[in-house]
Amino acid sequence: MAILNEEQTMLRDAAKSWVSEKSPVTAFRKMRDSGNADGFDRAAWAEMAEMGWAGILIPEEFGGSGLDYLTMGLVLEETGRTLTASPLLSSALVATSALLLGGNDAQKKEWLPKFAGGKAIGTLALDEGPHHAPANTALTATRDGKGWKLSGKKSFVPDGGAADIIVVAARTSGKSGDTNGITLFLVSGNASGLARQKLKTVDSRGVASLTFENVSVGADAVLGTVDQGFSLLESVLDRARAGLAAEMLGAAVQSFDTTLDYLKTRVQFGQVIGTFQALQHRAAKMFTELELTRSCVEAALVGIDRGANDIPALASLAKARASELWHLVSNEMVQMHGGIGMTDAHDAGLYLKRARVAEATFGGASFHRDRYARLMGY
Amino acid sequence: MAAAESLNAELESFRAEARDWLAKNFPPSLANVDVAMASAMAGFKPSGNAGLWQERMAAKGWGTPTWPKQYGGGGLSPQEAKILTQEMNRIGAKNPIGGMGVMMFGPTLLEYGNDEQKSRHVPGIVTGQVRWCQGYSEPNAGSDLAALRTQAVDKGDHYLVNGQKVWTSGAQYADWCFCLVRTDNTKKHEGISFLLIDMRSPGIEVRPIKLISGFSPFCETFFTDVKVPKENLMGPLNGGWTIGKRLLQFERAGLGSGGGSAGRGGDARGLDQIAKDYVGVDEKGRIADPDLRARIAQHQMDAKAFALTIQRAQAEAKSNVNPSAVTSIMKNAGSRLQQDRAELLLEIMGHRGLGWEGEGFAGDEIAATRAWLGGKAVTIYGGTYEIQNNIIAKRILGLLDHQ
Repeated sequence: MAILNEEQTMLRDAAKSWVSEKSPVTAFRKMRDSGNADGFDRAAWAEMAEMGWAGILIPEEFGGSGLDYLTMGLVLEETGRTLTASPLLSSALVATSALLLGGNDAQKKEWLPKFAGGKAIGTLALDEGPHHAPANTALTATRDGKGWKLSGKKSFVPDGGAADIIVVAARTSGKSGDTNGITLFLVSGNASGLARQKLKTVDSRGVASLTFENVSVGADAVLGTVDQGFSLLESVLDRARAGLAAEMLGAAVQSFDTTLDYLKTRVQFGQVIGTFQALQHRAAKMFTELELTRSCVEAALVGIDRGANDIPALASLAKARASELWHLVSNEMVQMHGGIGMTDAHDAGLYLKRARVAEATFGGASFHRDRYARLMGY
Repeated sequence: MAAAESLNAELESFRAEARDWLAKNFPPSLANVDVAMASAMAGFKPSGNAGLWQERMAAKGWGTPTWPKQYGGGGLSPQEAKILTQEMNRIGAKNPIGGMGVMMFGPTLLEYGNDEQKSRHVPGIVTGQVRWCQGYSEPNAGSDLAALRTQAVDKGDHYLVNGQKVWTSGAQYADWCFCLVRTDNTKKHEGISFLLIDMRSPGIEVRPIKLISGFSPFCETFFTDVKVPKENLMGPLNGGWTIGKRLLQFERAGLGSGGGSAGRGGDARGLDQIAKDYVGVDEKGRIADPDLRARIAQHQMDAKAFALTIQRAQAEAKSNVNPSAVTSIMKNAGSRLQQDRAELLLEIMGHRGLGWEGEGFAGDEIAATRAWLGGKAVTIYGGTYEIQNNIIAKRILGLLDHQ
């Protein structure tokens, strides 16, 4: 565990107790079974915002508390433990980071107070195919008078159905695959010409695919600099990756703890199955990976807060390891529970399904290995 | 605040003192030369500049900087010792005092030895003049160390020792051996004592064991009616297991912390650079073999994760927050990393990584090959990979023994 200050410890403990009282896994299961169209419980999200979590990263002048990414990561780790479904990552971290890093004063003034209060939900619409590929942005934005017209598709946008404001990566010059020629735009979720199709995915959350047909936005919708949006996008993504890795770490810890409890209680052949060395060594392996991954996740968050010069490598390391870790632990969770782990009544399946979606989001292990190698010059 | 400032001022003045002393006493020709390692491996006592450097550090006590002054140690505080290390690193000065006496036996002796034993044995370790070897493993007591059978029988004024130890590192060069012996056959753990044995005693025979790497860092050591004076019993009779385990903690701390770099052989550059030379690059400057490239990336990310974990453990220890169980994973994670690197390096070099000796192979290549073979030991010594996993499962995760 990283060395925390008093404020961080307080927030983490508050998150821990809120999550266990108000948002246990049963709450997620209930939300899933209710057919909730948003993919999260709005009442719970309002409580999270009331506790200040939606504004952790937002400066006080815009209604937030101006804290750091490590603090955000601590809360995400706790909400991750119980699979709490909320826009905490997509809005309070990802969209918020886009505005903090790329927004002008007017844009920040308009949106950050609403984000901080939980009055508006933001998200990032980036990928257009089944795989994370930031440079492969093809959705076009063409000049139209003083403003722009956007046409194209975005697939698998987190909280894309519920979002009030969407940060859209669009191509303003060049071709798909070029890092030059990408521009970020702020587009209202209710914009005319924008069709949102909610998708039912294994994790029962609010992902949507978006179709843009000549969606008009003003010149003031540009976030950052025209054609030069890729580096801004990468900075936002690195924060997203580190934050998601923290959430995944929490979920993996819980997957492991639940499994370990089962090893200590399930009796076969006259003794608890946790006495079998074949299972003990796999548990030790998982524990080892958990500890190594925690170091990477915390280093990425602290690196962001300190403005380290290797944030991209640290973020890729954290996301790759969190993906590999939870992949392993979620599989072992099912296997070690045996038949009960295959039933919908047990939580193992919920963790397994969420794990795979989280792995694919913002780049999986193989994406980040490749990126790490490139960053290191090979 | 005032106290903190004056501590800072004291430390900075120590830094100046250390820098000044090193400038006057460290022979620059020894920059990045590991005198202690070289002499331990080959069994010679350093001469020339190396000998001079060792003598000076020994006299100053800085080879064992935090050990008490009364026994010849440096008497430095942990902060001062850290500054000394920083100043030595700055000029590439390696500590010339090392070996098992410093790493393992010395700290245990300071904790468990009586005054007479400390006065007699610590100074020789501090000056690097007395070499120690470890008499733990036996042919039938490896991972199950407490099954050891080397017997020490009470003969009034001495113990009579009979039995065999194996994997005694450096026994052929050692002056003394710290040894676990059986003093009670009716109990397992509570029948073991910790004995200090002079390697020149009559009845000791040492046979070096040739390993797959071609080297002989380990020996078989035979004890036949060896007389050991009673004052050489350290700690209580039949109380040796506790001391022996404490010593293993020092050993594991030393073994794990080097993960990925310790015992590394050959070319010291990153695997990616070496791979570019041997395998070539594609038009984008990537290592030409994409599968190998991905596995090198995986390894380097694992190595980074391990380095970050060491940093985290140190930060936790320093700030005295509840130390997490993170240290328990170090040996396995570190040793795996070291072996993975050696395997990757071999694969990168192809047939050039499979030379044994002589013409046709560079020195770096042979060294890497020998290190690959020698490195197979790291998941065996100091508690095997499997034993470490048992320890994690039982002590950290609270899983029970199989009935």
